[in-house]
Parts: sequence; structure tokens; C-alpha cells
Amino acid sequence: MISFEMPERIKNELQMAEMVARQVMRPNSRKYDVHEHERPVEYINVMWQVLREQNRRRFEKQMQQNGNGDRPQREGPNWSIVRLIAMVEMLSWGDAGMYLCTPDPLLGGAAIEAVATQEQKVRFLKKFGEGEPKWGAMAITEPGAGSDNSAMRTTAVLDEETNEWVINGEKIFITNGKLALEESDGVCVVWATVDPQAGRGGIKSFVVERGTPGVSIAKQEHKLGIRVSDTVSLAFENARVPYDNILGSPEVQEEKTTKGFKGAMKTFDASRPAVAASAVGVARAALELAQEKLADEGVTVDYTKAAHEMSAVERDLIEMEARQKAAWLLTLKSVVEMAHGQSNRLSASIAKARAGETATYVTQKAVELLGPLGYTHEFLAEKWMRDAKINDIYEGTKQINQLIVARSILGYTRRELK
Amino acid sequence: MLDFTLDQEQDMLERTIRRFAEERMRKVFRDAEEDGALPRQVVQAGWEIGLLPTGLPEAYGGFGEYSAVTNVIGVEALAWGDLALTLAILAPNLVAIPLMVAGTPEQQAEYLPQFAGEEPPAVTAALVEPRLRWNPRKLETTAVAGDGGYVLNGVKRLVPLADSAELFLIYAAEEGRVQAFLVPAGTEGLTVGEREMVMGIHALPLFQLSLDNVRVPAENRLGGEAGIDFGLLLNHSRLALGAAAVGVARAGYEYAREYAKQRVQFGEPIAHRQSIAFMLADMAIDVESARLLVWEAAWKLDQGQDITREATVMKQFVDRVVLDTADRAVQILGGYGYIREYPVELWLRNARGFAHFDGIAMI
Repeated sequence: MISFEMPERIKNELQMAEMVARQVMRPNSRKYDVHEHERPVEYINVMWQVLREQNRRRFEKQMQQNGNGDRPQREGPNWSIVRLIAMVEMLSWGDAGMYLCTPDPLLGGAAIEAVATQEQKVRFLKKFGEGEPKWGAMAITEPGAGSDNSAMRTTAVLDEETNEWVINGEKIFITNGKLALEESDGVCVVWATVDPQAGRGGIKSFVVERGTPGVSIAKQEHKLGIRVSDTVSLAFENARVPYDNILGSPEVQEEKTTKGFKGAMKTFDASRPAVAASAVGVARAALELAQEKLADEGVTVDYTKAAHEMSAVERDLIEMEARQKAAWLLTLKSVVEMAHGQSNRLSASIAKARAGETATYVTQKAVELLGPLGYTHEFLAEKWMRDAKINDIYEGTKQINQLIVARSILGYTRRELK
Repeated sequence: MLDFTLDQEQDMLERTIRRFAEERMRKVFRDAEEDGALPRQVVQAGWEIGLLPTGLPEAYGGFGEYSAVTNVIGVEALAWGDLALTLAILAPNLVAIPLMVAGTPEQQAEYLPQFAGEEPPAVTAALVEPRLRWNPRKLETTAVAGDGGYVLNGVKRLVPLADSAELFLIYAAEEGRVQAFLVPAGTEGLTVGEREMVMGIHALPLFQLSLDNVRVPAENRLGGEAGIDFGLLLNHSRLALGAAAVGVARAGYEYAREYAKQRVQFGEPIAHRQSIAFMLADMAIDVESARLLVWEAAWKLDQGQDITREATVMKQFVDRVVLDTADRAVQILGGYGYIREYPVELWLRNARGFAHFDGIAMI
């Protein structure tokens, strides 16, 4: 039955997130935009208090429920993914860069939870419920392997004498890589091939922790936006990882059953809606600021006017509102499908492609509508425009997602539609 | 709670209408367009699906299950078949919905039972006026009170099925506010003029209508002394037109997609090229976006909310999407897109209408 009603519990949690956004994120937004690479301690401390407790309870519950290794039986939709996406939207409305600094296993955690054994979960996830703030990260991209993940060159070779994986290569654009490996006792999931000849079938993921010999931070990036967010390159020079840190089966898969690679791609089914939600959050922030500042100068949209009676500014505001809302509804649809256990591969790419583009459009328009001051640090709009653009790029550029959508609606393979 | 799936009844209704659209409407729509005449049997069969009667109150022969969400789902599926036929099939709504929403109990008792019958009643509504700077909320047709009734004066355009209508709902400004009046055909001063020559939807007869001192008794003012909330009726109309636009857009997108998979140039289907495939991907995303905006506005209406803002925002977006989608469909078909043997040129002409249509459909 079609409904647009957000569950009551999520609504309540969103109110708390909005408070954090207003009181902790917004007042510090400009500071961390200017002082790139500084840790946003105000936000981290507030969030860790809450997340540590949540993670601890969640972990304990999981251990009780599936001590025998079975996944818990669920009745009805799994609202936790909807809750997550709603939180991401609200926190990105607060500050899209700071939200990325949330002390949580995040993407790395999702990859671990998807395939890890019970023993691995204890080793890698339990610590997110105790002690000091920690971060999770994910290392996939390489200088020569961006959208084409399967071209990755980083290798993992088993040293049978020590029973360790020896990793060599370079990974780039890793969000929270420094926070996860240097500034906290976190985890980083690293993708590498155990057989360069096997193509996608040889690609596996490994959990790397702080203090792993041979792993170093090669570079911390300076970016267009989301400057508070930590983005690094990692160098692996004979890095040694215990055998048991491999996620999933170590066997090379046949090309047809590229489970390991598909495992990596599957995490995108959740992460793409998350990026879409973040994009929608920034877009909403920019739209609301433009509406508010223009209202101060007497320009408000009268929704009862005919189109020809409206000024160009009013029509722009309506267009921004329509696109922002449409992007949000696409995002919600994608995660609600996921919550119902349906495949959301197509809707996730639809949401990601459209939301990234929408955030780009809406934030650029907002800067324009704010006049000369829109270009200055007087408002956060110019920052949001820089922040928003990343959503059009990471977790698959708009074009890659268009390609996925196109293949899906045409029923084409990647050979038929390159 | 958040859900984007149809319930069982909606699913059944949608399947029924999809089949009807494919097996009945798509068989006759081109001839109907070229002949400029409605295929009566198909319109009758469309009426028998019962989209309107289901929503009527039980007291007047319906099932009392009015749902804007169900209706937008049904209208999208119908309009995928053909827009002109859809507007003809929905024509009784032009009077029934305003009666349901704003009629007095006496007006409902007098007029509503005919809408639960086997034949669609011959009724229509007149809203649009001949002005470049047209605004449905600011009408030039006037209603002046006096002598226990009202006197209407003005000119209306794009009035569907006016030549055969037995009852008109006429919108007019009364002291600057839009009100609606039930006027039987043949009332002195009410003249059905020439049939309109328009760009698309040729199968649907549209007419000019002139009102020259038309006298209407006070009890024929819709809503009695309270009158109507015209904004609310306009929202019902925008939902109908928004849903129809999604149907037309989807028709164009699906046709272009299948064509692009068949059409071979340079030794392979043109859909193998990103320039074509990406257009199709954008069309698919646009159609989905438009549909969700329509659904959300319909859902809010069902919740009893004022959706003036949502309806305006949705309409501006959907009007653009339907035109863009139909245009890209013509583009993907290339030379064939321009030929009347193929349907997409008609869908482009029909799509252009949505930004101009107000009050010619209602749910």
C-alpha cells in the first residue's frame, strides 16, 4: 500500500539529528572548511557517545541472535536501512563533510558485516562499541582503476610459511583512511587480487588494522569541498596481514561466478542510496537558505500564481524544490525496496545518478540566487556548492550510474553496452 | 509506513487498465486521431472499468472507496494508451468530482446517482478562457447575483464534448472569487460554438462556449451558499493531468526504448551507443521522478492535506518531463519519428498540451 509516512521512531531520531546539525555542525562548518584536515572534535565527541552505545548493543544482540552462525529471521521490513538513509540526509543537511567524519565502521563495516565469520566480527567490529572514537574505511580505487574497479593492480599473495597475506600496491581516495589507521584503532577494508590473470574472479577483500607493517599513508588530499573529511592515499609495500583477515572465500572464482567482486559491488546497493541521501541533504540546505534569504528581501513563492505571473527567481525556486523532492523520493524508494528485501540495484543507481546531479544543480542555483554575497563566505552556500559536487562523483560517477541504468532497462550486458 | 508498492486492488485495477490500453485503445487511437472522432465502443468500455463509480459514495450507487492514489495509478495506465480517449473516458469526472467534493447534499442527491449507471452521463465542464495570460484563479467570465439566481457572461474555450453535453459545470468569477454553476444544455444564452482546431488530441471534440446573460437559479450554484474552494478542485485537476502526463511520457519512453533495440545501423542496434542509451536512461529516471511526485501529492490529498504547493511544484516538473520525453522519443526514432505511421509524433503534440491544460480532467 503506497505510503509516504516515515515511521514514527525514525521521525523522533531525526529530530535529535536535526539538533546536532543545528547546534554542533552548522556553527563549526566554516571553521573546518578553512582549516582543512583538522578533526571536527565537537561533532565526533557528540556522535561517539551515542554511536558507541548503539554499536555495543547492536553487536551484543547480533552475537546472541546468531551465535550459531545463522542470520536472524526477520519479520516485516528492515527499517534500519531507511533510518540510516534518513539520518544521512539530515546530517548532510547539517554539514556534508562533517557527516563523513562520523566515528563508525561505515562502508568498511558494511563490507565486513556482509560476509564476515563470527570470529571476524568479534575481532573487527566489537571495538566500535568501546573505548575511544574509531573509524572504518574502504580502499578500492587505484590510480589506474577508478570506475573500472576490475582493473585493480594491488596484489595479495599468501606467504605459506608465516600464513600471512602479503599486499603490494597503491590505493587512493580513501575516506577516513587516516582516521581509521593512524588516529584510531579502526579498520580499513582493502580490495586486492590474489590472481591478476583471473580478472574479477581473483578480487578479494582484506581487513587492515592500525600498525600493520608495510602500510603507510602516502598522501592526504586537498579537495574542492568536504574539506573537513579525511581523504588519503595508502601505500602497501610488502604489507603483512594475518591469513584470517580475508573476507569470504580465498578461492579464485570462475569468471561466471565472480562472487568476491560481486560482493564489492553489492555494498554499492546500500552506499549509493547513502550518497544520494547526502546529496539531497546538501541540496535541501541550499534550497532552504535561498528561500529564507530571499524571503527576507520580500521574495517568496506564491504557489497560486500562474507560471507566467512568476518571476524567473520564483520559477527557479520551484524547479529547485521539485528536483530536490524528486531526488529524495527516488532515494527513499530505493532504500524502501532494500528494507523489503527486494533487489534495489536499478533504483540505487537511479537515485545516485539523479541525486548527484540535483545537488549540483540546486547548490549552484542557490549561490546564483544569493547575488554577490552568494559568492562570499557570508553564507555557507558557496561551501555547499563545493561540498555537493562530490556526490556527483564518488560511489560511481553520474555517468557510470547512467550506464548501469541504461544496461538494466535495455537488458544489455557490459559487452553490448560499453 | 513508507511503501512504494500497489496494494492488491490497485494492482488488479492497473493490470486491467493496462490490458485495456494495449488491447483496445492502442488498436484504435491512430484512426481516431486522423478521423477526429471518438470510438464510442472503446469509450463505453473504458467507462465500464469503473474508475469513477468505485469512488462515489455508497449512498449514490458507488463503493465509497475514493482514493486519489488509486486514481492516479489508473489514469497513468489509461493515458499510456491514448490521451484523447483518456480525457473522453474521464469526462464524467469533470462534474462528478466537484459534486463529490463541494456539492450540497441536495445537489449530490439530484446529480450523483446518474454517475453510477451503465452509460457515462453526457456532462462537461468549462473553465479555460481565451487569454494569453491565462490564470484559472482569475476568470473573466462573471457571475452576478440577483433575482434569486445568477447571471453568467463570458467566453470559454477547450470545452470537451460540449456538442453532446446535457449538463455543464461552468466556472465564473463572482465578486472576484471563482465559483461553479450547474447549467443544463439549452439554457437561453448558452451557445456551443465552433469545434476547436488544436495541435493534438484530435479524437476529443473540444468546443468554444459563449455565455450571454445566462440565467442560473440560486440552487445551481455548486456548494450552495458556501460555494466552492476552487483551489481544492484545481488540485484534483492537476493530479489527473499530472498522472496523464506520466502515462504519455512512459508511452514515449517505452516505444523509443524498444525501437532503439530493433533499429540496426552500422551493424548493431542503435541502443548499443551511449548517446542513445543515456537518453533512454534519463527518460526512465524522469518518468520515475514524475510518477513519485504525482503519487506523493495524491497521497497527501488522501490524508486530507492542502496540496496546493505540492500540486504546483509537481505540475511544473511533470509538464516539462512529458514534453522532454516525447521530444527525445521522436529524436530517437529519427526520420520515422516524424512520420504519422509511428505514434511518437502524436505523443509530442499531445505532450505539448499539458502546460496549457487546466480543468479538462479531474480525479
